[in-house]
Amino acid sequence: MNWLIAILQTVLFVALAPLLAGFLKFCKCRLQNRKAPSLLQPYRDLLKLTRKQPVISEDASWLFCLAPYIIFSSMVLAATVVPLIAVDLPTSASADVIVLVGFFAFARFFIALAGLDIGTAFGGMGSSREMTISSLAEPAMLMAVFTLTMTASTTNLSGAIGHVLNEGLILRPSFVFALFALILVAIAETGRIPVDNPTTHLELTMIHEAMILEYSGRHLALIEWASQLKFMLYGVLIANIFFPWGIAESFGLSALGYGLLVIVGKLIFLCIFLAFAETAVAKMRLFRVQEYLGFAYLLGLLGMLSHIILESTR
Amino acid sequence: MILFLAYSAVLLSFASGGIALAHLYKSDVNKQWVFWSLGASGAMAIFAGLGELVNPEIRLDTLNLGLPWLPWHVHFDSLSAFFYLVIGIAVFAVSFYAPHYTHHEQKNAQNFAVLSLFTGLFIAGMLLVLLADDAFMFMIAWELMSVASYFLVAFQHENAANRRAAFLYLLMAEVGALFIILAFGVVASFADGFTFDALRASTLSTTWMSIAFVLALLGFGMKAGLVPIHVWLPEAHPVAPSHISALMSGVMLKVALYGLIRFCFDLLPEVHWEWGVVLLVVGTVSALGGILYAMMQQNLKRLLAYSSVENIGVIVMVLGLSMIFLANDHQELAALGLLAALFHAFNHALFKNLLFLGAGMIHHQTHELNIDMLGGLIKRMPKTSVLFLIGCMSISSLPLFNGFVSEWLAFQTALQVDVLDNGVLRSLIPVSAAALALTAALAAACFVKVFGLIFLGVPRSRHAEKAKEIEDKGMLAAPALLAGLCFFFGIFPNVMLNLINNVAQQLLGSTLPPQGELSGLWLAPVSAQQASYSAPLVLIGALIAAGVCFWVLRRNPSTVTRIAPTWDCGFGGLTPRMQYTSSAFTMPLRRIFSPVFLIDEKIEKTMREHTTMNVAEVRYTLHIQDHSWVRLYQPVERGVNRVAKQVGRIQTGNIRTYLGYSLATLILLLWVVS
Repeated sequence: MNWLIAILQTVLFVALAPLLAGFLKFCKCRLQNRKAPSLLQPYRDLLKLTRKQPVISEDASWLFCLAPYIIFSSMVLAATVVPLIAVDLPTSASADVIVLVGFFAFARFFIALAGLDIGTAFGGMGSSREMTISSLAEPAMLMAVFTLTMTASTTNLSGAIGHVLNEGLILRPSFVFALFALILVAIAETGRIPVDNPTTHLELTMIHEAMILEYSGRHLALIEWASQLKFMLYGVLIANIFFPWGIAESFGLSALGYGLLVIVGKLIFLCIFLAFAETAVAKMRLFRVQEYLGFAYLLGLLGMLSHIILESTR
Repeated sequence: MILFLAYSAVLLSFASGGIALAHLYKSDVNKQWVFWSLGASGAMAIFAGLGELVNPEIRLDTLNLGLPWLPWHVHFDSLSAFFYLVIGIAVFAVSFYAPHYTHHEQKNAQNFAVLSLFTGLFIAGMLLVLLADDAFMFMIAWELMSVASYFLVAFQHENAANRRAAFLYLLMAEVGALFIILAFGVVASFADGFTFDALRASTLSTTWMSIAFVLALLGFGMKAGLVPIHVWLPEAHPVAPSHISALMSGVMLKVALYGLIRFCFDLLPEVHWEWGVVLLVVGTVSALGGILYAMMQQNLKRLLAYSSVENIGVIVMVLGLSMIFLANDHQELAALGLLAALFHAFNHALFKNLLFLGAGMIHHQTHELNIDMLGGLIKRMPKTSVLFLIGCMSISSLPLFNGFVSEWLAFQTALQVDVLDNGVLRSLIPVSAAALALTAALAAACFVKVFGLIFLGVPRSRHAEKAKEIEDKGMLAAPALLAGLCFFFGIFPNVMLNLINNVAQQLLGSTLPPQGELSGLWLAPVSAQQASYSAPLVLIGALIAAGVCFWVLRRNPSTVTRIAPTWDCGFGGLTPRMQYTSSAFTMPLRRIFSPVFLIDEKIEKTMREHTTMNVAEVRYTLHIQDHSWVRLYQPVERGVNRVAKQVGRIQTGNIRTYLGYSLATLILLLWVVS
């Protein structure tokens, strides 16, 4: 029964990810006085891509065709670990938050290799930039996560969320710092403004799109879906770690339904916040990104120090 | 029985060298026996190591070798056995690889004899270091290892740069050995005798203990390649033949770590947390410095050598954590740290060997080690590329591979910091954990560069274009064995961790906490509530997820892939030179971390017909130098030269002056005697 719910939650995760991307686009369009596409548009795009014939460069190797499957499955695995509507699921014990970061690294490794596979300048440019930004973002993310895991004294996500739930509503300075650090990292890692612009093509500033320029058909569909999934993973991570209230602690039908409603509400709120931020801020130069991520790291460090100095029981 | 196996490993590697000599003088000796003997030596070392680890027991022996009143004391415990196992696996793999790899040297009997003789001596030296139970035998074995490997580094001595690298290596090895002798001397002066038992029983003041620790750290750190005394390593490792570089980088550095662990955790009567902090800081600096410099290299073997500096840094850092926990009486957490450090040492031996052997295969087929001249090998050398990819994934610590497990254990150790009382340590350790995260992420970027530029894309030179797959089965079997082990220990790390737990039991007197679990499926080092990881479940999940989407998407027959030329933005004429190169790939990181490097970047433009707009030719040169060359080595070198010049002044070349010196000495001695 527990395993069934775990699988169901993963499927829900994968199924809802395009909807979340659609909703974010909807919010941004409304804020910019444009007419928004339907919320279901991302699903239609994915379906269209899977029906098309993929075109592959003659210089591509087997790695190029295999990479989308690897990228997508590591994101699905990451989705099994992050609690969406219920905590204490059996899958979340099989991997903790460090392994979650490892799954992201796995996907990134292969998407960067795929970018280099064709041998065009665009692919190399995207891979180089992606690896640079992510290697700066990873310590910032772990610093924020460590603050949380040290408070809860577990690296298991379910356990950490359970700990926050039990403690009740306490304003911890370390959590405030960690929250902002994690938001900054999430924006950088999911390729949103101001670090990368997901809507540009063929522009010298692009990162994610440069790597996947040569993909088409079902391969592109998988990569697009994986990046939507990654976006949702970060959203759920932020929402459920710092504001876990409402998540189902038992596996009754009403608790699960309530959990689903609450997480949808939290994600809607996050999306509106992000849409406002993206509308208000312009994309920054590539060599400002290290300052941005350095700031995120500093916030994580401050969170850690304030945990040690202010909140520790010793 | 176990000791017999251990001895026979040493004797067989001596025999391997001896057979090569015999082959030189009597050419009817089959030279394949050299490699069979080497392989048997590796197998014996594996059996001896495994036998001892499964059934841990301290085995002692005395050999009447050396000076008559100074017999060699031999001691084989689980720590020695663990490193025996590491050496055994590496030597076993190399013995399959070497026959075909050295077929060029085999044509010249003298070269072959030199190479094989010193390989045998080198391996025997490493094994003897692990067996030593007194300072004399330790130092003799240590020097055997160092000097034999000097001849291997200098093997291709036709090249002046190689001679220079070999001399630097010898110099550093001897200076390091001096520090080690001094360290032993400090402890021995408070003990009666040079056996390790006597050293253990010595009573030192804290000051002298700390002096001994610093000397040992300098001596062993010089061999292990800790920043800033690492500069010989990226010079010496690349110039040796690839299977020797594999042994040097993968195994010899581990022997230096063995020395450090033996000296600090076993011989010194107690440990202090301050030493742990020193190891933590030095390890962190080495890890970060090593990977940042590795990233900037264009020569594949130099890059791998710098990456060894990084991995040794990670191991030393975790050892520092273990020491801090041990000094604060958290034995179980100290065991966790030791477990993480030793497992990472084991993993590094596997994947660094694999990568060096892979580099040798690339060099063998293309005669090229410059990353910027390769490319597109994945189609030309498909088997090699898969093996090399596994090595790259392990070293980048991606889940499902062994490197990840040891990195995960290192993080788990660092996160136990809440049990400590000292506020400085509590804030220092998480920062070093974040540095470890940065190191891991940079390592991934570095090996994306390595694999992407060498194997993917379009060939950048004719050598790369004409490359063919290796046909010799043995040369493929060695890296395949190592790659298989990388994957196996990534999925079932507990097999090894249970064995290392015995080492912790014997060395620290404590194992992992009893709540922890090391069963087939679960890895939960502290307790299941705190952290758990199940690689087999993750693997099953990954296979299901990939299988389902593969099956769903491949059903539609109208979507068979179409092969087409690469899109060239409508301009035409894509050339291999338009691809990203090594220096282009790392440019953003070079710019962000620019204070770490000494960068000499020049762009020279030649204009056409005296105009300022019409560029005829652009020449770009980039030279990156290590800070420790300029800041540490060259000042020391200048200082030594200056002192030598001053001392040289007493050499006047005039016989009367020398007679005067003799007279002065005589008078002085007479005065002293009376």
